[in-house]
Amino acid sequence: MTMFSARNWREYPQRYRLEAVKFKKSGKTYFPPRQVDPETGDTEREMVVLPDTGKILTYTVIRTPGPMFKDLAPYALAIAELTDGTRLMAQVTDCDVDAIKIGMEVRLEFRRVQSEGASGVLSYGYKFVPKWY
Amino acid sequence: MAGIVGYGAHLPRHRIKVEEIAKVWGQDAESYKKGLMLREKSVPPPDMDTITLAVEAARRALKRAVVVKPSEIGAVYVGSESHPYAVKPTGTTVAEALGATPDIHCADFEFACKAGSEAMFVALSHVASGYMKYALAIAADTSQGAPGDALEFSAAAGAGAFIMGMDNLIADCLFTHSYMTDTPDFWRREHQFYPQHGGRFTGEEAYFKHTKGASNAILKKSGMQPKDFAYAVFHQPNGKFPQRVALELGFTQEQINPGWLAPTLGNTYSGASPIGLTATLDVAKPGDMIFMCSYGSGAGSDAFIWKVTDRINQVRDLAVRTKKLLDENVMYVQYGTYAKFRHKIIKND
Repeated sequence: MTMFSARNWREYPQRYRLEAVKFKKSGKTYFPPRQVDPETGDTEREMVVLPDTGKILTYTVIRTPGPMFKDLAPYALAIAELTDGTRLMAQVTDCDVDAIKIGMEVRLEFRRVQSEGASGVLSYGYKFVPKWY
Repeated sequence: MAGIVGYGAHLPRHRIKVEEIAKVWGQDAESYKKGLMLREKSVPPPDMDTITLAVEAARRALKRAVVVKPSEIGAVYVGSESHPYAVKPTGTTVAEALGATPDIHCADFEFACKAGSEAMFVALSHVASGYMKYALAIAADTSQGAPGDALEFSAAAGAGAFIMGMDNLIADCLFTHSYMTDTPDFWRREHQFYPQHGGRFTGEEAYFKHTKGASNAILKKSGMQPKDFAYAVFHQPNGKFPQRVALELGFTQEQINPGWLAPTLGNTYSGASPIGLTATLDVAKPGDMIFMCSYGSGAGSDAFIWKVTDRINQVRDLAVRTKKLLDENVMYVQYGTYAKFRHKIIKND
């Protein structure tokens, strides 16, 4: 129980605020953040906040989820490319799975991602929602 | 003078119609539609709660505030009767998500449907005293109504957020007045899933007495009359109560229209009059006076008089308008889905 809450807590900067790192030499942005640029070995980096909109590159529909996500079935997991070129994976919510299409514009919204049973810690983060406004 | 620097709202996309609830419980939908002026209400999906609604509304308030950096916010106050934890603050998660931690004061407020306006009152007081530069007040709820109870036709979800400050204002707060007594019209005891209420006792001696009490007192204090206002926003447990109190106080239907959201939004409890204020600011012109009066059972009302500044025209479209969130791209659910979303079905672990 306590291990989950501590692990969850360590990921707040990326889960809550979409904080990524940009390496000085390559100019590449990594999300989740990394300490070392895997291509150049560079460690000089700055924190950047990712944009909150992008387009779906690919997705899969989960129809038989694990117990933690049972109430959400069926739901889609998608990889989207944000407007700055960064790619990330998240659940797609507020959308009928049959309406999801590759190329669909999405927005990142703050949502409850999972909960540790009825009495454990609640975990928050980002999910994709259709970009309709 | 203290006032609003930025504002924002957030609503779920899901809705349920009054007919759908009435069908399950053998009730007459028309009597709710005519008697309480309720047509449909918002429904939060399982991955949305008071914290997520508060964060999205606050992010929009920050966009409209433009000049405010999250680190300059001295306090985050969240008013709600549906804080996700019994013990663990909503405010710290919201502050963390905004990037406003760690030099900040967080507190969660509770006062039935008035928790949001009391957060606004305290945030205004902090900036007016010079104790901090900016304070964020959020009104958010995913309210509960017992299955089959009259409340189930109205209990809805939504959030409104306001960054208070002393400069770069979009609305000055000219006057406030609060009016409260011990009135047992609605309550929820600890460990109970759903609130209970006094039925017709929630009307005259509760909602109307306190809303009129605060409204008449602030009108007297300010020397103003209903005709001096461009708009008025009242707490809206249904469509009928705010309309009736507005007309009885001397306001017109035109004055309440922009912030009168309950007929299609339902009662967002702590969020009700604050979200109504966001929808009103969305259409207000510089110089407009806005009257606002909340109500929370138990019982009390906070009244505010706002004067809109020239800055409103520069910021209102920096975030999505409340009426757009209310009217467009809604997803209707049936009662079964609604019952699942609202955890009304008992399951094995």
